[in-house]
Amino acid sequence: MPAETRVAIDRETDIVTARQKGRELAAACGFASTDQTLIALAISELARNIVVYAQRGEIIVKSEFGERRGIEIVARDQGPGILNVALALQDGYSTAKSLGLGLPGARRVMDEFEIDSAPGRGTTVTVRKWVR
Amino acid sequence: MVPILKHGKFLIASIVSALTDQDLIQLRDELANKIGQVRAHGVIIDVTAVDVLDSFATRTLRDIARTVKLRGAKIVLVGIQPDVAFAMVQLGLSLDEVDTALDLEEGFSHLRRGEERSRHAG
Ligand SMILES: Nc1ncnc2c1ncn2[C@@H]1O[C@H](COP(=O)(O)OP(=O)(O)O)[C@@H](O)[C@H]1O
Ligand SMILES: [Mg+2]
Repeated sequence: MPAETRVAIDRETDIVTARQKGRELAAACGFASTDQTLIALAISELARNIVVYAQRGEIIVKSEFGERRGIEIVARDQGPGILNVALALQDGYSTAKSLGLGLPGARRVMDEFEIDSAPGRGTTVTVRKWVR
Repeated sequence: MVPILKHGKFLIASIVSALTDQDLIQLRDELANKIGQVRAHGVIIDVTAVDVLDSFATRTLRDIARTVKLRGAKIVLVGIQPDVAFAMVQLGLSLDEVDTALDLEEGFSHLRRGEERSRHAG
């Protein structure tokens, strides 16, 4: 049965909650522990971006049990949005003087990555990973 | 909260729960103070129980390591689990300037070797 969990993100402790929920769902979905950790790490980066740049938003974790088993994570906020998405996806680019590895890293550790963001409209990042 | 234990001239901070940002920042500040209070020569940070080290945690651990070194003590990070290490590499994270060891025991040997060397040099 497909499952879905929503975690409201508006403070740092929500980041831990979101990645724990994600790991639980990933485990139930049949991901090996290495992949569970990659998924938890991607969630951690996306949830942190919400807290740092948009103050609040939500993380939705869905597991899919159709022909392919996998997990989808949607990180959504109505914050300031990203001016230059291509730049934000480059390793080391950060407007906060942090490591600039959250978005490009989340893209690397997951199988699929989509981002929809524009100034004033907020940001939605959708990532997926399939059970191998 | 991360408890800091004293063992001879060494301080040990075992991160037992899922790490929050606040825990890390508090740990950095407490270590900086406690090194002076107890005149510690070395610090071991044990992350055996940590589920994920993300870019924020990595950056803060690097800051902690630099702070500890500036306070005149050695530092070693122990217990990074295989999955956690693999995930860090995939994301592109590194702890270059921070010494690491397999577990607490190896961490102690690492710090003691450092002590020996400085005794012979001095
Ligand atoms: N949810 C978001 N809302 C607005 N800006 C964002 C969001 N997520 C990422 N960004 C922008 O993209 C940049 C790169 O993000 P990231 O790769 O996570 O690195 P870092 O967070 O270390 O800067 C950020 O510095 C920020 O400018
Ligand atoms: Mg980030």
